[in-house]
Amino acid sequence: MSSVTIDKAAPTRTVKYGSMSRDRKWALRWSYFFLTLFAIFSLLPPIYMLITSLKSSAEISAATNPWWVFHPTLENYVGLLTSNQFLRFFWNSALVSIFVVTITMLISVPAAFALARMRFWGSATLATGVFLTYLIPDSLLFIPLFKVFALFGDWTGIQLINRWYVLLFIYPTLTVPFCTWIMIGYFASIPKELDEAAIIDGASWFQTLTRIFIPVALPGLIAATIFAFTVSWAQFLYPLVFTTSTDQLVLPVGIITTLIKGDVFNWGQIMTGALLGAAPPLIIYAFLMDYYIAGLTAGATKG
Amino acid sequence: MADVSLRKVVKRYDDVEAVRGIDLDIADHEFIVLVGPSGCGKSTTLRMIAGLEDISDGDIMIGGDVVNDVPPKDRDIAMVFQNYALYPHMTVAENMSFGLRLKHYPKAEIKARVTEAARLLDITDLIDRKPKQLSGGQRQRVAMGRAIVRNPKVFLFDEPLSNLDAKLRVQMRIEIKKVHQKVRTTTVYVTHDQVEAMTLADRVVVMNKGRIEQIGTPNELYHKPATRFVAGFIGSPAMNFIPCRLEDAGGTLQIRLADRLAFPLPPARAARYNALPRTEKLLLGLRPEHLTEAHAHLEPGVETFDTVLEVTEPMGMETLVYFGLEGTPVCGRVNPNAGAKDGAPMRLAMDLNNMHLLNEETGVVL
Repeated sequence: MSSVTIDKAAPTRTVKYGSMSRDRKWALRWSYFFLTLFAIFSLLPPIYMLITSLKSSAEISAATNPWWVFHPTLENYVGLLTSNQFLRFFWNSALVSIFVVTITMLISVPAAFALARMRFWGSATLATGVFLTYLIPDSLLFIPLFKVFALFGDWTGIQLINRWYVLLFIYPTLTVPFCTWIMIGYFASIPKELDEAAIIDGASWFQTLTRIFIPVALPGLIAATIFAFTVSWAQFLYPLVFTTSTDQLVLPVGIITTLIKGDVFNWGQIMTGALLGAAPPLIIYAFLMDYYIAGLTAGATKG
Repeated sequence: MADVSLRKVVKRYDDVEAVRGIDLDIADHEFIVLVGPSGCGKSTTLRMIAGLEDISDGDIMIGGDVVNDVPPKDRDIAMVFQNYALYPHMTVAENMSFGLRLKHYPKAEIKARVTEAARLLDITDLIDRKPKQLSGGQRQRVAMGRAIVRNPKVFLFDEPLSNLDAKLRVQMRIEIKKVHQKVRTTTVYVTHDQVEAMTLADRVVVMNKGRIEQIGTPNELYHKPATRFVAGFIGSPAMNFIPCRLEDAGGTLQIRLADRLAFPLPPARAARYNALPRTEKLLLGLRPEHLTEAHAHLEPGVETFDTVLEVTEPMGMETLVYFGLEGTPVCGRVNPNAGAKDGAPMRLAMDLNNMHLLNEETGVVL
């Protein structure tokens, strides 16, 4: 009896059960729609590159469907991978990137540690200053920097221009500020008590950095490493300006300068070279993706 | 093991004085608790002993040596932090042995010390786990283990139990006391929780606004507070402070709380307060447990009065009653069977044998 009266007294519910999940379903549909659109948009160029790289020069210039390979061939790949010149570019790029990553980390990790942890006069201003230098566009700097190296060569007799290793001095001006900034954010998110505990345990500043901070901030460190690698691997403007001899060129510049002869574009090899050049960063991203995302988000929210 | 002495220690941040000239002598093996409200300078004092903060003025001595300019690692101290501060990438054993490894102790000795500390703290099974796999209480044990293995001269605890839930806090409090009974290392412990202070300490140092209000054993602080601050800070619910003045009435000294409420003082108290000027504005300090339900047989010095209760809080073993006395809110503790009800009249008894008399202006207990 009583249950009947309660049923009658209960207010009719206007809210339908499951409306939350229905909202969610629609949100998901829209996100899939836009994500698919975005994926198609950003994947089209590499797919077109892949298709073109598998064609012979004759087929590329033939008036057939450009989105289909009728006579697939690996001649572009064979041609590039057996060309000493291309391997030289690849080797130069690898050398430059590895050295730049190393130099960047050696500078920015201790710098970030000092700026985040050792309270000294002006450390906060300096930290902001480091980030501001990153905001200066590279295209603004290449002429003054060229002048600097030219003058340096005149004064000391050490000619750095048109040597691949000149890039080792230039790239860090792009990578160090940003990596330092990432690492400052990351180090700042580590509780202060952790270094105090280490100091009381008898660790020096250096030991605190190497044995506590670097292992704890490893995701951030990897994010910074990937960033530095990508910047130095993909840089085009600076190597174009600072290096000219073919044996000193890095991959992006090398492809353009050697595979475009006058107004003749060797499209098959250009596409192949670009694809091969994109491979190392892709492989590194694939392996370190989880770390990379964890690193960026942690730095962003807690820094 | 060592004694610790603070001599006129001052800490200034720009123009703010966080610690204003502290003198404190801590004996070897002693368990000292610094207690006070937040911002009273207790943590700063501890951090100065640790060497994590510079001293602006004065001297700190550990084992007789002035350590003002000695870096933390050379002070031979160990510290336990509120948020444990365990190294997240190391196992429990690695966390505990980190300090010893930095000092290049032989491997066998490190292992022996870690094993011994783990056994003492009952964390032997957890030795290979990472901190994130541990509960709050277990992490706190590891943090203590990290301090114990170093076998330092002094243990410093900075609110180590504040992150734990109430039940675990009580349990860990007992653990800390047990550990101290076993290792007997001089300990300085900071907390804002007066119960922790009372239960753990050999001596409690009550701090307020950068100064020491009183140093004493838990019982001394409770029964013989020196100032209004200490009287109000130690004990829960807090001591009642009721405005009053002294009067002579027919050759006996009496205390007047209101126009129609005055009680003769017990002889011992009368003798003690007789010299006070009658005009002075005073406060009667009375702990809730000395305001109980009235019994038929009253001891000498216990006076009864009638009041109307505003709120009652049954706590199980006792009932707290709240009422107003001339506008002053007052709390009493009565037997749960005494029939206290919200809004009901009740006859209460005031035990003046345990009263305190305070100067209202200076806050000094007379």
